[in-house]
Amino acid sequence: MRNIFLFIRRYFNFLSFLALQALALSFLFRYNKFHEAAFASVANEVTGRINGQYNTVEYYFKLKKANENLVKENLALRDLLRSNYQQPDSSKRLVVDSIRVDSLKPFQKYIYRDAKVVGSFVTTQTNFITIHRGSSQGIQPDMAVIGPGGVVGRVVNTSPNFSTVMTMISRVFKVDGKLKNTGERGSISWDGQNPRLVQMRNIPKSVPVQKGDSVLTSELSSIFPPNILIGTVDSVLNDPSTNFYNLRLKTATNFSTVQFVYVVQNRLLEEQANLEKATRNTNE
Amino acid sequence: MSDFLKHSMRALLFLLVQVFVLHKIPPLHQFVVPYIYFLFIIWLPFNTGRTWLMIIAFIYGLALDYFLMWPGIHAAACVMIAYLRPFLVNLLIRQEGAEQSYGAPSINSMGWAPYSVLVVVLTLVHHTYLVFLEWLSFGSFWYFLGKVGASTGVSLLLILVTEMLFYRKEKFRTNM
Repeated sequence: MRNIFLFIRRYFNFLSFLALQALALSFLFRYNKFHEAAFASVANEVTGRINGQYNTVEYYFKLKKANENLVKENLALRDLLRSNYQQPDSSKRLVVDSIRVDSLKPFQKYIYRDAKVVGSFVTTQTNFITIHRGSSQGIQPDMAVIGPGGVVGRVVNTSPNFSTVMTMISRVFKVDGKLKNTGERGSISWDGQNPRLVQMRNIPKSVPVQKGDSVLTSELSSIFPPNILIGTVDSVLNDPSTNFYNLRLKTATNFSTVQFVYVVQNRLLEEQANLEKATRNTNE
Repeated sequence: MSDFLKHSMRALLFLLVQVFVLHKIPPLHQFVVPYIYFLFIIWLPFNTGRTWLMIIAFIYGLALDYFLMWPGIHAAACVMIAYLRPFLVNLLIRQEGAEQSYGAPSINSMGWAPYSVLVVVLTLVHHTYLVFLEWLSFGSFWYFLGKVGASTGVSLLLILVTEMLFYRKEKFRTNM
């Protein structure tokens, strides 16, 4: 027993070094798996507040850009107004059944909540933004986040008033996308190089792809609503060893200037996940 | 100003500069990530106990981690350099007893050459360990080498600038 104490006293520094390393590494590797760590909620609240203070300055300089983006989005939404469209044939008349309209209400699948971006980083390999909405306002992990331009990311952690969002420009983020013209689906991820460019894989070479084509979220993505802009094709990389193109997309969102985002809740997500899980269980 | 207050303010300042300046500037290249925050650990006084040095480094690293939302990675690298610092200081110190007569590592107290060796070695260790941990999650061997090289270069340049801008005159402590 005495020898053990002597051993501990002799190597106390080394042992405490090992203990602190183990603690740090457990934070690191547990975090990557579960997206949560010790005191994450408290730390989130504190860093969120400091980021918010910084953002009051930063926001002033980005107001112009934020305004432009919001006006652009408003324009796109106004284009969709029904009064803009005229029926080509006068024998056809658009009839709106008031009962039908009312009964549509409970079937709203996606709920949107607005949120202000208070902190963002684009310099690391896993980039996060902090938004000023948290669990008290109904934000939960795994909700989709979209901006005025398009896809932003996914909520990974919440505290009462702030949430952290893993952006599309993170090495571990993946989203299912499709080409707008042909509907070909592919997986989109980031290679860690340029914060404005993401990569799309598995597009067959038979599909005509041109620079400037839009890429939208597909119907298969369970957290993102379908047909949200992810980006536009910047260049087509031809890999001669496979039958697939690698596309480089310019992201629809500029992550260093985004100031307002929408958090999207899929109300049927749980039902869908349960059904898929049950199916998997019966197949096993 | 008391030593404790001075070092706390220094820690806060380095942290804010790291988070709100160095991590806000658009990246030149994915390999070039400027780091300067760990200079705080190098500048801690000689007479800090080794266990305390590691605990301070751990908390300090974790604070940065929570800002960048990747808990553990910088804390691990900081604890590593805090553990190695006393060994290096013992190897490099110019004369017997400089540890006692000067407050903290600086050009003044250690001399140009030993101090720069200390800084270069600790910077290299910090970046190697940091990028190694990143490499475990993703990336290739070339990513590892390139990032360690480029980031170390940029960080050393920043440290040189900092040393020139903020010339620390270490007091020679007498027995009083």
